[in-house]
Amino acid sequence: MRKIKKQKIYLFALLLPFIIFVIGFEIGPLVAMIKNSLYADDGITVTINQYLTIFKSKFYLSGIKNSLIISLISAVVSVTVAVIAAYSFTKFSSKIQNRLLMIANMTSNFEGIPLSFSYIILLGNNGLFTLLFAKLGWDLFADFNLYSWTGLILVYVYFQIPLAVMLIYPSYQGIKQQWKDASSLLGGSKASFWFRIGIPVLLPSIVGTFSILFANAMGAYATAYALVGSNYNLMSLQIASLVASDVTLKPQLGSALGVLLASTMILAMWFNERMMRRIRRDLR
Amino acid sequence: MKSSLTFHKVVVGILVLYLLIPLIGTFLFSIAGKWDHTILPENYTMKWYIELFQDERFYDAFKRTLFLIVMSVGLSVVIMLPTIFIISVYFSKWERLLQAAAMLPYGIPPIVGAVGLIKLYSDGPIPIAGTPWILIGAYFITILPFMYQGIRNSLRTVNAVQLVDAAELLGATKFQAFRTVVFPNIISGILVSTLLSVALLFSEFALANLLVGGRFETLQIYLSDKLNSSGHLTSAIVITYYSVILLLTGTVLKLTFRKDKGPIMSGKKQFLSFFKKIFRQKNTALEGEN
Repeated sequence: MRKIKKQKIYLFALLLPFIIFVIGFEIGPLVAMIKNSLYADDGITVTINQYLTIFKSKFYLSGIKNSLIISLISAVVSVTVAVIAAYSFTKFSSKIQNRLLMIANMTSNFEGIPLSFSYIILLGNNGLFTLLFAKLGWDLFADFNLYSWTGLILVYVYFQIPLAVMLIYPSYQGIKQQWKDASSLLGGSKASFWFRIGIPVLLPSIVGTFSILFANAMGAYATAYALVGSNYNLMSLQIASLVASDVTLKPQLGSALGVLLASTMILAMWFNERMMRRIRRDLR
Repeated sequence: MKSSLTFHKVVVGILVLYLLIPLIGTFLFSIAGKWDHTILPENYTMKWYIELFQDERFYDAFKRTLFLIVMSVGLSVVIMLPTIFIISVYFSKWERLLQAAAMLPYGIPPIVGAVGLIKLYSDGPIPIAGTPWILIGAYFITILPFMYQGIRNSLRTVNAVQLVDAAELLGATKFQAFRTVVFPNIISGILVSTLLSVALLFSEFALANLLVGGRFETLQIYLSDKLNSSGHLTSAIVITYYSVILLLTGTVLKLTFRKDKGPIMSGKKQFLSFFKKIFRQKNTALEGEN
């Protein structure tokens, strides 16, 4: 008995590095952030004023609002595109399907600064398409400005689409040909199959994917930073300038915003997991 | 029937074009000589690549990035392998705790992680803020979900617990059993997680910029700095480093394809597809009932 106990102590010692890293770089920073958010600017007085400041300030509220809107729009657009595109994927041979997934996989790595840069080449002031549209005389694009609201959404949608496709695609494999056959044998049309069977089966997966994309956009930083610098009012850009800039260093306020952002993300993730559980229960 | 396939072809065609155009555009820009007022470049040149490969700063940034990646991914393998093994074999009741700790980073965006890290390490007993060491710790946590998922899955696929039991029955020590029986069986699984983590860290910018910034210029920081000076040079950097990433993911795809024919996911998609796999398995069970 004693030998086993001694052995367990040795084994536990082997776990120590992991525990140290998790405490030092995962739990520790989170606790430090939450604690820090409850202090006044001087770092001594305990207060919830930082949160009150955020909710009273038009500037920070509009940053949160902008982040929410851009995340919602980019998630809705990307999920819609992915639902259609992934369905089209399933119509091809499995070899082509794998190729297509490879392209989605490959382009999903293309994000952050390189992506913003490509968009500048394509749609910036002297961009390829900007010039092309100007030559063709399409006035619709004359007022388009990449370094604006619409430009930001465009770039966000780009990096969300491959991710959405890869998340949605597997759920189509869950829809069996037999179900379609059964439905049509019972007199159902193609449309009624999708309305009554197909979409309800896909729905939890679509909603789950949506929440992941939403969280993904809320936390995105590099893309926006490279495209619009810190001039644009987004939650992640605000946090960065509060905790690491040379001008407006307010770590406590930044921590409070960080806590709010993390809560939104965890909420979205929790929602996704509930949706996934729902799938499993439905099929049980 | 035929017209509906045309529809799908058009959809897929547009999507592929849409996804590839930014890449092609960047490539064109990196080999373009004069390209100011025309739709396509007036002439082509390799001088941006030549200039890039003669730039000391580029090599230094590349080396720093490699240093960070080797350190954090190496540490991760060395630490996570015994941890997951020990917990799944001896302390199975803690498995949920390990899983929670390993999956938590996925819910925390780098920007939030950086806030706490700066606070924790800017003063106090370990003042490592602004040094590469803080970045190594942060990267260790960033790749935790993928390393965990990869190693745990491979341990489970080879039935590591039973393998060790069998080896011990035949007189091997625990360490011998792990080294000679379990490890060779899971090495390819570990390799896949490692390569994915490397690819992910190559494109990491948020943590690097906020935690060390210009004091330890990584590839991404160099890239963001060049963004404002020379566009052609920037695109040459993008294409160069993206080729490295493609090479890495290409290897991963090959390794994965050899084993199973399912769709392949990278990085966080691999973790997310975990849920869907359960979904798919349930479905096959259902199909069997029909």
